Order: sequence, then C-alpha cells, then structure tokens
Amino acid sequence: MALLEVNDLAVSYGQIEAVKGVSFSVDEGQVVAIVGANGAGKTTIMNTISGLLRARRGQISFAGQDITHWPTHRIVAAGIVQVAEGRAILANMSVAENLALGLAAAGSRRHEGGPTIATMMERFPILGQRSGLPAGQLSGGEQQMLAIARALLAQPRLLLMDEPSMGLAPLLVKQVFAIIAALKAEGRTILLVEQNALKALKLADYAYVLERGRVALSGTGAELAGNQDVARAYLGGL
Amino acid sequence: MNWQTLPQQLANGIFQGSIYALFALGYTLIFGVLDILNLAHAAIFMMTAVAAWYLIAGLGLNFVVALIIASIVGGLLGVLLDRVAFWRLRQQHAPHLSALISSIAMATIFEGMVVLLPTLGADADSRIIGADLHHFPAGSIPSGNLNFGTMLSLPPIKLLVLVVALLLMFGLQYMLRRTRLGREMRAVAESPKASALLGINIEAVFAKTFFIASALGGVAGVLYALTYNTLTSDMGNAVELKGLAAIILGGMGSIVGSVVGGFIIGLAEVLSIALGGSNWSDAVAFIVLFLMLLVRPNGLFGARATRTG
Repeated sequence: MALLEVNDLAVSYGQIEAVKGVSFSVDEGQVVAIVGANGAGKTTIMNTISGLLRARRGQISFAGQDITHWPTHRIVAAGIVQVAEGRAILANMSVAENLALGLAAAGSRRHEGGPTIATMMERFPILGQRSGLPAGQLSGGEQQMLAIARALLAQPRLLLMDEPSMGLAPLLVKQVFAIIAALKAEGRTILLVEQNALKALKLADYAYVLERGRVALSGTGAELAGNQDVARAYLGGL
Repeated sequence: MNWQTLPQQLANGIFQGSIYALFALGYTLIFGVLDILNLAHAAIFMMTAVAAWYLIAGLGLNFVVALIIASIVGGLLGVLLDRVAFWRLRQQHAPHLSALISSIAMATIFEGMVVLLPTLGADADSRIIGADLHHFPAGSIPSGNLNFGTMLSLPPIKLLVLVVALLLMFGLQYMLRRTRLGREMRAVAESPKASALLGINIEAVFAKTFFIASALGGVAGVLYALTYNTLTSDMGNAVELKGLAAIILGGMGSIVGSVVGGFIIGLAEVLSIALGGSNWSDAVAFIVLFLMLLVRPNGLFGARATRTG
C-alpha cells in the first residue's frame, strides 16, 4: 500500500480551477517528483496535501487514513511535514528557536535516538555557528538549510519539498540537491516539487509531469529525464 | 507647582500608568499575535470588574480571591469574543477593518448585556448597572494609607496595582520568550502559514492569546474599579483611548513598550494636572503621543516585524 495516495484531486481558487483531477501515489522510501511549468498547480497540490488549501473534489489518504479534510496541525502530527516554497522560516526568531519549533512538531512521533537540535547543527554546521542570530539574517542558502533541518527535526514520515532550489544561486542549487540526494540515500520518503525539472527527475524514483492542473505524463525519473520530446514539450526545452 | 507634592504626584502618575500599562498589555498582545485591534478590550475590562463586584458584594469573597476568579471569567469572555467576533472573519480572510468593526459591535453588546444584569440587595428591582454608580462594600480592600515620610502617602491598593502590573509584565515577557506557548504565539504572529506547517494549532493559539490578553485586561478592570470604588458600564471608555495611546507610544506589539507607554501617559497626565492644567490632562497624553511619533514613528520599542503568509 502506498504511504500517500492522491485520487482525482481538484482544487479551485474561486472560479479558477488550479488542479483538475490529479491522481498519484508515493510509496514508503520513494522520492517522487512533480515537475511542470510555473502555474501548473504544483504548489497547490502540496498545500492541499498539507491542509492549507481545501480540495474541491477527490481524496488524499496517508498511511491508510483519509486526511482530505484534516486541519494542517493534525496532518503534521500524522507525519507529513512540508518545507514550503520560499522557505517559510520565521525571520524574527533565532535559528535555534526555529529548530526548537521543528523539534516540537515531532510531538508524539518523537522517538529515542531521533535527531536533536545538536545533531542537526552537526549535520549543518553553519546553523550551529549562527544559532543565536535571527533567521532573517541568514543568506538564502542558509535559510533553505534551516528550513530543511527544521523539517527533519519534526521526524517526518513523508517530507514535502516545494521548490527547494528556488531563488538560489547555481552553486547553492547544487548543494540543496546534494542534501536531497543524501536524504534519499537515508531511505526517506519525499515528495518533491521542482521547476528545476531535470535535476529533480534525475533524483526521483518516479515522477509526474503536470500541465495546467492535469498529469500529462508519468514514469520513472530516468525515463522522463532521458526523453527529449518530454523535455521539449513540458520542461521548457531542457 | 508645589514641589513638596512632587513625590505624591509622581506616585499618583505611576499608579495611573500602572492601570494603563495593565490594560495595554492585553491590548498589545492581541495586536501582536493576531494583527487586529480589539476595541472590545475595554468592554472585557468592565465586564471583569462587574464579575468581581458580584463575587465581592454578592458572595462576600475576599478581593484577592475575587480578582483571581474574575480574571478567569475575563479570560473566558475573551475566548467567547474571539469565537463570536473574529473567528468567522478569519476563516474568510476578511480585511482588518471588518475585525475592527466587529470588535466595536461586541463592545456595544457587552455593555448592553451588563445593563440587563440584575443588581444585588435592596435595589434588586432596578436592573440597571450602567445608569447607577455601583460601589464595592466598605472594607472590600485594605483601608488606610501607607506613609513614606511626610511627602508621600499611598493607599495599599495603589501599591498593589503597581506590583501586579510589573509582575504581569515580567511574567508575560518570560512566557513569550521562554515557554513553548510563547514561542508558538510569536511564530503565529510572524507567519500563520509557517506556524501551521510546523504543526502549531493556530486556532488554539488564538484562543489562548485571547484568554491571556483578556484576563490581563480584566485584572486592570478589577483593580481600577476597586481603587476608585466605582463601577459603570462605560468605565472602560476612559481607559481605552489611553491604553491605545500607550501601545502606540511604546510600539505596537511590544510588551515592554506597552508598559513603558502606559507609565509615560499616566505620568504626563498627572503631572499636567499638578502643573495646573487639569483641563489639559486628556490632551497631554495625546500631545506626548504626537510628539513621540514625530521622532519615532514606530514608537519607543517598535520595529514591528512584517507579518507574512
């Protein structure tokens, strides 16, 4: 059974239907990517899974439970943690406080031997060096690391990553994808939304190409990445 | 001005400032966390004082016990206020002006409700608190004065007000900085979306914020009513604008700022009276505010963070 199953999901902003009957699934330990042009509905899907937006139609199941109408905090408590687009760090709070909030989000899922703020600062040394600073004073790349570290402290069963490379310099994009590759190697389950399609496809076990709110294509990451027609038609000629 | 009376005037100013500060603490907390100006705060201030009056005059409770119970009543009224006046608007992402108007409506309703409450004792037929001036029974609070030398004499209740205001300010500051609830409140203040994604139950944080803020406003109401030994349905009006001036002066959303702002307004007001301008006492508070805003548009401790998401 898939860990996350999305069936016939439709989401609207007023009269405008942004997602029009999308179905996909994510198995435990898999990295699944959703790629597509700007406005294809990728972030809308992520935010609906997280409960920030309401589905107009369809069903979202997580670990066998129907979570379609759950509030966000309950979805997080169940183990779906999102690294949101634009990083969504709390700029006025210190790096350490941001991390503490991540740890608190683990709630009852927190287990012995799980990550601590100290282990996360070892993994991302820059966060240790900047722990007392307001998070808003970090550079874009450091903020993304903070957002990822904070999400990992919440001990997610499913990590949603929405455009983690957005707005970062090429060197930092490489760094962020290296982190995602490391997370994959650890066996984490990740749903990744990216405009940086080729990089995402190379990493993903399975991927969906989204076009104007619909799944236009799906396949293994390698298949889609190697398909020049797909690249030209859907991924901006990559 | 008679310099002999200066210590006494300063003490009076500090007392007056303590009341404004206590009131402003709750005001600024709701503004800081929810980004809305809750103009029903003054009505909660009054309703809590009415609750204390019932507990003291009706049940004969000690004023400290009554203060504690009444402040819980005030807190619960705050939670009710949030559910009735703000919750629905929040769900619909209504503009801030709607919340402001909604809070004015709730203030009017609360004041109307108090008028309908039965009175106690001989005048039980009269159901009007608003029209009558109500007093606490004699001996509700310790009487007499505490003398500090020849130039300063204070009733114990005024000293209590100052101590309570400072304790609650430090307590609130500690709660916001050091506890999980405080961290959650600051997170929600900064970004409700990011907070939700961190598993924070936003609605629960709003309810707790309203409870704490309204309990604080309620404590101010009870102490104000006890000190002046008067209770009317419009008693909050006098404090409301001064409280607003205090939080703007101190910097919207700043806890320390609201207390300092309260003291400055209280002192300015009392000193203006001492200098012979009793007709000017209300104006002085706003002149101080005006001058401060010219120099520091964000208030003394303001640099309010921009709210996102």
